[in-house]
Amino acid sequence: MLLIRCPYCGERAEVEFSNGGEAHIDRPADPMSLSAEEWAQFLYMRDNPKGLIAERWRHAHGCNRFFNAIRDTRTDRFVVTYEIGQPRPDVTPEQAAEAAR
Amino acid sequence: MFDASSNALTVSRSGFTAKSLGGGRRFALQGRKDTLEGVAKAFGLAEAPAMLQSASAGDCTLLRLAPQELFIIAGEAGLPEAVTTYLGTVPNSLVEVSERQVGWTLEGERLRDTLAALSPLDLRTKSFPVGTATRTLFGKADGMLWRTDENSFHLEVWRSFAPYMVAMMDAAALDASW
Ligand SMILES: [Zn+2]
Repeated sequence: MLLIRCPYCGERAEVEFSNGGEAHIDRPADPMSLSAEEWAQFLYMRDNPKGLIAERWRHAHGCNRFFNAIRDTRTDRFVVTYEIGQPRPDVTPEQAAEAAR
Repeated sequence: MFDASSNALTVSRSGFTAKSLGGGRRFALQGRKDTLEGVAKAFGLAEAPAMLQSASAGDCTLLRLAPQELFIIAGEAGLPEAVTTYLGTVPNSLVEVSERQVGWTLEGERLRDTLAALSPLDLRTKSFPVGTATRTLFGKADGMLWRTDENSFHLEVWRSFAPYMVAMMDAAALDASW
């Protein structure tokens, strides 16, 4: 069973959560000043890395809050979860190696 | 014995019983931290219950299901006047959900084995002590579980999930009784 640490409820089973896509994507302050290409970039284009990604998750069947998480897309291992609004935390080489394992 | 043709929303198996909760009213309150603390004071409590904890005040019980949310189990009289008066002075969302909720008191020596078939929560006393409350999944149904005693739980689900929950609990209790 894959456990995910909700910042508010602690470790819970994966079935209680839903994925909210890549994190730290700011909505442009003035969409009217953007070209169609720039707007499409904001709406649709994502990094889709092989390795560590920062994502939004929601504890949909628990406290219902969104939070952010860093996960390795190859192994599904979570490195860290953190509250919305906090900057993306640094990942040590040791943490990255553990997540890739 | 579970009888799908009846509307009896109870389960009675060797080692596990789910008895329907009768009456009372329910309120879902959302607000910022200061608001929830203010509500707790209006209830006569020193502070709002911590995350996943509960507190009782008179015939009301406050369950902290989310950082910004208190679920309130009240008697037929509803919320005390001091509480509604306070809530009239601060931004918040207070919704009565009495008609939405149905619930049971769960008991029996096979209680934990039965719940383990429905929920991935670790319900040992050391990880889910008396007084703990949380929303979680039971099979495919959202529910709110509150440990009222070492060997007793209070479970509530949305009304339309009730026949499903009863059928699931009955099947799980049958398995656990073997
Ligand atoms: Zn949570």
